Amino acid sequence: MLSAAESEALVLSLRVAAESVLLDLPLAIALSWLLVRARFAGRPLLDAFVHLPLVLPPVVIGYVLLLLFGIHGPIGSALRSAFGIRLAFTSGGAALATAVMSLPLMVRAIRLSLEAITPGLEDAARTLGAGALDRFVSVTLPLMAPGILAGAVTAFAAGLGEFGAVITFAGNVPGSTQTLPLALYSALQSPSGEWAAARLAGLSFALGFGGLALAELLARRLRRRLGQ
Amino acid sequence: MLEVDIRIRRGAFALEARLGAPTPGVTALFGASGAGKTTLALALAGLVTPDDGRIALDGECWFDAAHGIAVPAERRRIGYVFQDARLFPHLSVAGNLDYGARRARPLVRYADRDEVVALLGLKGLLERRVHELSGGERQRVALGRALLAQPALLLLDEPLAAMDVARREEVLPYLETLRDRYAIPMLYVSHQYEEVLRLANHIVLLADGRVAAAGTPAELGTHPSLQALIGAEAVGAVIDATVATVGPASGLAEVTIGRARLRVSLPGATPGAQVRLHVLARDVILATHPPEGLSVRNAFAGHLLELKAEAADSVLATVAIDGMRILARISPAAVEELKLAPGMAVWALVKAASLRRQAYRRGESAPVPL
Repeated sequence: MLSAAESEALVLSLRVAAESVLLDLPLAIALSWLLVRARFAGRPLLDAFVHLPLVLPPVVIGYVLLLLFGIHGPIGSALRSAFGIRLAFTSGGAALATAVMSLPLMVRAIRLSLEAITPGLEDAARTLGAGALDRFVSVTLPLMAPGILAGAVTAFAAGLGEFGAVITFAGNVPGSTQTLPLALYSALQSPSGEWAAARLAGLSFALGFGGLALAELLARRLRRRLGQ
Repeated sequence: MLEVDIRIRRGAFALEARLGAPTPGVTALFGASGAGKTTLALALAGLVTPDDGRIALDGECWFDAAHGIAVPAERRRIGYVFQDARLFPHLSVAGNLDYGARRARPLVRYADRDEVVALLGLKGLLERRVHELSGGERQRVALGRALLAQPALLLLDEPLAAMDVARREEVLPYLETLRDRYAIPMLYVSHQYEEVLRLANHIVLLADGRVAAAGTPAELGTHPSLQALIGAEAVGAVIDATVATVGPASGLAEVTIGRARLRVSLPGATPGAQVRLHVLARDVILATHPPEGLSVRNAFAGHLLELKAEAADSVLATVAIDGMRILARISPAAVEELKLAPGMAVWALVKAASLRRQAYRRGESAPVPL
């Protein structure tokens, strides 16, 4: 069905999307908590900043990543001299670019579930002897689970299709950074690639739709379990 | 002894509470909505920090503004039962019960899980999910969860307020069971006088953020602040008595109050049991001569202490009888006709049947020490 190059693109896309979700999860949980629970002066600014990838052209995100994480960028050069890690034009860079782009999606989903927690449950846990970290792990986190799950699956599905930021920051190297949409783009550029492009588009459609449906299904199940 | 002397100001609301509650025992924090009951309870639990003052339980200081002491809520060992139960929806009933138990310090364990489950009738609920429970079941689980955290003080913040009268009856007996089984100090927040009379042995009356009166139910029964709060219909003397004898079939019991004896309908009572009688002022008749030829079985000789105009058409008379006080509501016309005046010898007549509903049975067994 798929050519070797196409299945390579598919596997790479899945890997990049999965890595981006893992990168996003702790950050998105922390940001949601800050945005919902913490009271500090710069909260509206942080809120706007987190949502920037939704409104900026993805190529801008890729460009900013190049500036910061490129081999001459401040973070990129530091990572390289300290750990020998290079991100620009690698599959790790593709995951980072994807993570930045899908972060607002995940924060939105997690934030909603955090706001939906019945007020006072954490106070109840306090009176039962649970300290701050204990309360977060034993009460807050499990009650956020529907949002975390929905956010992760949505971000994964969206990450499979990330194009602009990835091609700018990680390039379009077959087998290394050429994910599904990039392979699709390359196929369209070649004179005989129409049929390959159609198949890749169909595959993207199936993955995206399947991902969203799965997210909704899982979140529904979890919510029912929690009686919400 | 639970000692509280705190001040909290939040916008227009100010709480200035100074009280001492005997421990062990059930102290009712009684007052109208907005009197500051819940704020006081939250301050005791450490969920609200007072601006100033001191809180200590049996010598253990939880809060002292002057010395910079503020023990965090999670280390105060307070079992808090909230009005809305606040069970954890992601855990089963068993998971909720174990939540506090797992975090309790092993040295202070007095409540055994199996026993608490049996006492509160939770056995059939253990595997259930929280949202499948009825309101009464939720509160029973919340009680069990709080108790299994082995608290030094159990705070019950209007645990029955969200339920209708029939449902309350599904929980109240369990509260009585816990009170009689464990020697744990309890603070029961309520605006229901019936519940307070049934459970408490000490009442703190809160009005507008201040302690208006405090004492035993018997002492407060004749207090003007309490009468204003509970309404004319419920005004009456509260008498703690001991069952002396019980009639074989009729359920008519004779109870002793000091030297006086009173006949009351108490089906199922046993000699020696403690009962609390609520003698409504509207059910007491006054006579200036020893009555004869009446069906009323209870007639007490005493003397009139006080006459107080309640409304245009009623006067509240306080009668002293052998060290106890009984309230009687009479008409101004009767006062005039009988020429009633303080110091006069009178007979108070109480119908045995009218006492029935207000008789609260109290526990007899010795509680488990902490």
